[in-house]
Amino acid sequence: MIALLTSILAITLRAGTSLVYATMGEIYTENSGVLNLGIEGMMLLSAVSGFAAAYYSGFVWVGFLIAMLVGGILAAIHAFLSVTMRANQVVSGLSITLFGTGMASFLGQRLGPESNNYYLAGMVGPRLQTISIPGLSQIPVIGALFNQDILTYIIYLLVPLAWFYLYKTRNGLNLRAVGEDPQTADAMGINVTRTRYIYTIIGGLLVGLGGAHLSLSYTPGWSENITGGRGWIVIALVIFAMWNPGRAFLGALIFGGINAVQFRLQASGTNIPASFLNMMPYIMTVLVLVLITWWEALSKRIGAPAALSTPYMREDK
Amino acid sequence: MRVVFEKRQSISRQAMVLVPVLSFFAALLLGAILLLSSGANPITTYVAMLRGAFGSTYSFSETLVKAIPLMLTGLGVAVAFKMRFWNIGAEGQFVWGGIAGTFVALFLSQYIPDPLLLPAVILGGTIAGAIWAGIPAVLKAYIGVDETLTSLMLNYVAILYAQYLFYGPWRDPEGYGFPGTALFPEAAWLPRLLNRAHLGLVFAFIAALVLWFIFNRTRWGFELKIIGENKTAAEYLGIKIARNIVLALLLSGALSGLAGASEVAGLSRRLQTGFSMGYGYTAIIVAWMAQLKSIPVLFVAVLMAALLVGGDQVQLTMGLPSSVGLVLQGLILFPMLAGSLFTEYRLRIIRQKNEPSISPDQEIESELQS
Repeated sequence: MIALLTSILAITLRAGTSLVYATMGEIYTENSGVLNLGIEGMMLLSAVSGFAAAYYSGFVWVGFLIAMLVGGILAAIHAFLSVTMRANQVVSGLSITLFGTGMASFLGQRLGPESNNYYLAGMVGPRLQTISIPGLSQIPVIGALFNQDILTYIIYLLVPLAWFYLYKTRNGLNLRAVGEDPQTADAMGINVTRTRYIYTIIGGLLVGLGGAHLSLSYTPGWSENITGGRGWIVIALVIFAMWNPGRAFLGALIFGGINAVQFRLQASGTNIPASFLNMMPYIMTVLVLVLITWWEALSKRIGAPAALSTPYMREDK
Repeated sequence: MRVVFEKRQSISRQAMVLVPVLSFFAALLLGAILLLSSGANPITTYVAMLRGAFGSTYSFSETLVKAIPLMLTGLGVAVAFKMRFWNIGAEGQFVWGGIAGTFVALFLSQYIPDPLLLPAVILGGTIAGAIWAGIPAVLKAYIGVDETLTSLMLNYVAILYAQYLFYGPWRDPEGYGFPGTALFPEAAWLPRLLNRAHLGLVFAFIAALVLWFIFNRTRWGFELKIIGENKTAAEYLGIKIARNIVLALLLSGALSGLAGASEVAGLSRRLQTGFSMGYGYTAIIVAWMAQLKSIPVLFVAVLMAALLVGGDQVQLTMGLPSSVGLVLQGLILFPMLAGSLFTEYRLRIIRQKNEPSISPDQEIESELQS
């Protein structure tokens, strides 16, 4: 039983890592008032380019760097369209997903070696290794926390830092002010456009990292649709976490765990169809949305960015 | 000297035509750069795509096959977007259309006389799509829950439920384990017009005409437009906003449900894996590119379908990835999104700091802010 719990926790963390990075990124983006529905496409494109970069350079970190760059560029396109050009954020985000999905599939069939007919799928490249922390990794159950790759360890630091930055620093306050009430933020002397650009791009860097974690650690290698819809789970997670990095970590573990755990459950003879388990994140998200809206006072305290997906134009005041 | 955006007094018709046309050519140019850098000849590729989508009666009929669901879901999305209700749940509504249509065709066929079975299949799917769209509509209209996110989340509930059905209890026992239901009885087949292009095409044309009529000739359509353009004005005019949101969304979902039911009854004649291909998402783009106008939706749907079919063809004939089509779809959108600003705003260069930079019409509250 203890061995089972340990392995479930280990798999959950491994599966949840990419979700945590991407969710953290989207939380920052949405807190600035920009809704980015392009996560799925961004994760796919960074997963394929990260893997290709690592494959040809031989260094896994080159892969992560390129993936972050790709995520950042796509986010910058979204920022340009939705902030500067004030395009509809829903349509802009979906176009990023459309483009990213198509481009990832295209590159996956063109970037591979000639010997493999230019396909990347099936190639073996460098991957992030698991680092067991001596002593700690031997503890039953909890030991799973210390038997992970470096990106998972970074999360343990990143989550509290991200929370602290958002809620306890001047910059975090400014960021939330822009997402909550851009007019007032502008009057206070905060540059709304610049803030939205910065945090949309930071969000993209983190989403890129999350995408690359899939192709360089969790399921090493490139395969078509490697994200399996994780980009949409991220959108759900942000709401489920109510725009708070701390809760996002917990949520990512629950959501990531659901997928990992179902195999164990089926193996142990439980007869809950996988589809229903996979539905849970989405149903829970709808319920959370209803609850926070219902309880307006609560929603204000939680800090759902009031100006989310609303373009800001100074001259329109 | 600085550059500012200034709101136009009326929407620029010139920009409305120029932006999509220029965007299309910009996408071809960007796509050509991509193709060149991956060692393919862009001109032969584009010719092959064009031929693949329109070159023969068969290829044209295949383009129509993909255009039909895009037309109907695109029309559905346009209805919702006209009211600034961001329904991105067309995919889920489409899937429910398929599920309900399948339920009627397979499990109610023994109670319904043959001539009525097909209408029942189509009606069942249409109603199911409407109900699924009704959920985010009611939540928005009466509680104020953000519709973008709820409708998006409900897509996955629908998709996963359909998967459960054709992998589980509805799986064809004689299908050798293939994830799909049994074939519908023949009375539930939607007639085909040209090769695989089915009667759904006629549904789409009728739907487009009906919507045109509603939005241009009826009081209800006028009310919906007012709600979309100015909620406060709508309230002053005594328009019942909540009720109209729900009604319009039932119509929006019904169209997507109709698309789903037509797809199962006309094309696959069963519910099976690969049924939900993301038409509901492309529909949003179709509706937006057609500027939410019913008749243009039909043409944009054909264009988007042609890119998909053309992509499949270059895979077969030139060995290029079929995703070329998807990439081009994305590439058209970026310049279009950027250019959409110019239909409502114009660039103005201000030379002196003291010069008044705000003209009276800028005082009007931005229509972009919903």
